[in-house]
Amino acid sequence: MGCQPHHLLPLFGCFCLVFFSRCVSTMVGTSPLLSVQPTRGLVDEKIQVVVRNLPPAFSVTLHSLHHSEDKDLWEAFGQYTSDGQGTVTVAKDASLGGTYEGAEPMGLLWSMQPVPGSRTGLRLRKMDVLTPLVVHISVYSGHMTEGFSKQSPLATVVTERWYMAPGVCRIDIEEHGVRGTLFLPPGPGPFPGVLDMWGGGGGLVEYRSCLLASHGFVSMALEYLSHDKNRISDIDSKTYFEKAFRIVQEHPLVMKDRVALFGLSFGTSVALNLAAYSKDISPRCCVCISGSHVLPVNKSISEVFKKINEDRYKTRFDEEGCVVWRDIILPIPTDLGEKVDMGRIKCPLMLVVGEDDQNWATVESAKDMAQMMRAAGNEHLLTVLQYPDAGHLIEPPYTPHFRASNFIVQKTRQKVIMLWGGYTKPHADAQEDCWEKSLGFLRQHLYPSHDSVPKAKL
Amino acid sequence: MTEKAATPLLLLHPSRGLIDEKFSLMVQNLSQIQEITLHALIHSDDGDYWEAFGHYVSDATGLVNVANDSSLGGTYDGVKPMGLLWSMRPVPGSRIGLRLRKKEVHTPMLVHISVYRGHMSQGFKEQVALASVVTERWYMSPGVRRVDITEGGITGTLFLPPGPGPFPALLDLWGGGGGLVEYRSALLSSHGFVSLALEYMTPRTSGGSTSHVGNEYFEAAFTVLKQHPQVCGDRIAILGLSFGTSVALGMAVYSTVIQPRCLVCVSGSHVQPVKGSLSDVFSEINKYVYYHVFKDVGQLKCPVLMIVGEDDQNWPATESAEDMKQMMEKAGNSHLLTTLSYPGAGHLIEPPYSPHIRASNFMVAGTRQKFVVLWGGETAPHGYAQEDSWKKTLSFLEEHLYRSTEVTSPSNL
Repeated sequence: MGCQPHHLLPLFGCFCLVFFSRCVSTMVGTSPLLSVQPTRGLVDEKIQVVVRNLPPAFSVTLHSLHHSEDKDLWEAFGQYTSDGQGTVTVAKDASLGGTYEGAEPMGLLWSMQPVPGSRTGLRLRKMDVLTPLVVHISVYSGHMTEGFSKQSPLATVVTERWYMAPGVCRIDIEEHGVRGTLFLPPGPGPFPGVLDMWGGGGGLVEYRSCLLASHGFVSMALEYLSHDKNRISDIDSKTYFEKAFRIVQEHPLVMKDRVALFGLSFGTSVALNLAAYSKDISPRCCVCISGSHVLPVNKSISEVFKKINEDRYKTRFDEEGCVVWRDIILPIPTDLGEKVDMGRIKCPLMLVVGEDDQNWATVESAKDMAQMMRAAGNEHLLTVLQYPDAGHLIEPPYTPHFRASNFIVQKTRQKVIMLWGGYTKPHADAQEDCWEKSLGFLRQHLYPSHDSVPKAKL
Repeated sequence: MTEKAATPLLLLHPSRGLIDEKFSLMVQNLSQIQEITLHALIHSDDGDYWEAFGHYVSDATGLVNVANDSSLGGTYDGVKPMGLLWSMRPVPGSRIGLRLRKKEVHTPMLVHISVYRGHMSQGFKEQVALASVVTERWYMSPGVRRVDITEGGITGTLFLPPGPGPFPALLDLWGGGGGLVEYRSALLSSHGFVSLALEYMTPRTSGGSTSHVGNEYFEAAFTVLKQHPQVCGDRIAILGLSFGTSVALGMAVYSTVIQPRCLVCVSGSHVQPVKGSLSDVFSEINKYVYYHVFKDVGQLKCPVLMIVGEDDQNWPATESAEDMKQMMEKAGNSHLLTTLSYPGAGHLIEPPYSPHIRASNFMVAGTRQKFVVLWGGETAPHGYAQEDSWKKTLSFLEEHLYRSTEVTSPSNL
């Protein structure tokens, strides 16, 4: 007798699957029809989740489950009641409770959290971009809040979430001491380029660059704070970043005059420093998320970190013992040697800040930057996106928010729990809006269009 | 010099889709009223190249949108959002009589979509495109499982949707070409059905001869499905194409073991020796005798969806459908019959957005004889027939296998 092993379920040890020899579906005469569109999508694409063929006014719980690369389980759920036709449409029906509430088309993704009993301080990040994030979406009978692994769902669908579109090419870069990963869109090009820099957590984080390439930009994710202690001395100075910029700019598929800087957190500081002071390179535009212009000007990275260390006494701790670095750069200095001279910026600049950023004083910095540019007469270059109740880690959309997570302090290798800030729903909205606007901003400044023609709506 | 020159943006969505999903395709950032050619290219598993192309002119904003704009020529014309797929044909210089069929269903078909300057009809390989993207077209959605079946004396492949089930099921029968063709079952499983693709013309167990495949073989296949722990035993349908239709009708009428919930019959006929084995049937065909024994469709008890192409050059499907209707009207069960008849469509009515084949190489199963068989159909109407009939097939299956409740089916309240 063909009894196939159920590869999808051993994780939950779900042996209360009931095997009927004739169809005796639970409370319904027939099985519900669960559909998730698309079943394979990019990480920033919306999904449509619909359940049909339920009895009318029937209570169900929609549940999402992801088994991360780090072997943790993440889940989200929303409770619904079917309408008169026995249908639940997540995009328009309100979740009555769960990890999200209200009509939230993407709630099953952005409200994910580690399942009960998980390790603490987790952060969900995809390090291997060649494979997708696999999410199991299920519909359960009744309004549930726990015990999903012990109950058999009515139906399950599997959806893949990709950072990499088909045809995108990934290339390891190790050139003139510069280390990173380059992503190329499919096609003959030429394409605009992006130098993509993350923050003080260090390492080589590829997924944002990969996603940018899926949207038609050559993008290089740059490693500049290696987890290998011996490498720090190699990337001390501004010249490291200038070399990295040139690697992108000189690539045969890249338009030389259309290369941007994209930074988050410390990467923003690097970007601002380069844009203001580099004599060697000239970005076409900059996207700077959750960062500050406050840093010793025109100094090497190790000198910058030395200054941060001197101010580390300003570290606070919240009620749970999480590290709060917010005050380290406060008060915003008035001395021009201690912050980037924003009057020197010559390219369009988009600044993105979360008002509940607990990690860096980015709101105060953004205000100060705007004032400096107003005074210098280049404020027309500036766009500021400020999001109430969003935290520090404003990343590509629909990935979970974490108010705090495990962090290894670069210099001391100390393990702490870092408070980033933000509240789940407003943070998710911020990520969605910011990403859309960042892409729009990059397209506007990097994709040349015919001047004589009104721009097509993107 | 490219300072002022714009780079066209080719936007295709979704970049990964099922084979029966539509995509949206736009080109932005062109000059106004610019002539361009949109081109699609597939490198098949067999090593052949297939292509399609359409000629477009951008509007005043430099935009081409295949959903609204008309192709002015190429392998398709008019407003045809999916024309770049269904109008594909082998590139010039290819081998003859080709058919595009995916054998390996775990991997997608990769389609390269490019935009070229001007209205081109050849030489695509020698020209650099303005922009190019890649889209994946899948027969299997994530979580669908594929299982080899060799039990109960049958040979086939079972596809199971993700989830606990139980699910309604399909017995999937292809035609006289034989072999084990999996892609339609994989796709049906991606729509929530357990589906068994059955090899019956050249089953390995009978050593390549058709003489041992009798009705018990199909009954065994049906039983494998019925007894599967993840299948609703009273919600099993049969889907047959070409000769598979004859098998489906024959079993539904005469078998006591096989009681399908409904039938989908594509490009087939009810005309066959009654209760004979397959080898009897083939010896009849080989004699080119117009046999006069009809399956008594007046005895059918389940809903039947008949799909025929009016330009079918391989089987007299249209005439058969008409005859069936008359038989059923006389017997009083014609309310069970729905016929979809497509002008200009040929014999091989398959899942949509795959190329139309008017004729191709064919080897009669069990023999070594090779022909080029004329299937019939014209490309555009055939493409339409595939799209429309598949949509209606899925609706029909959903209606009868997922939604309908019979008085006799027990439900646990």
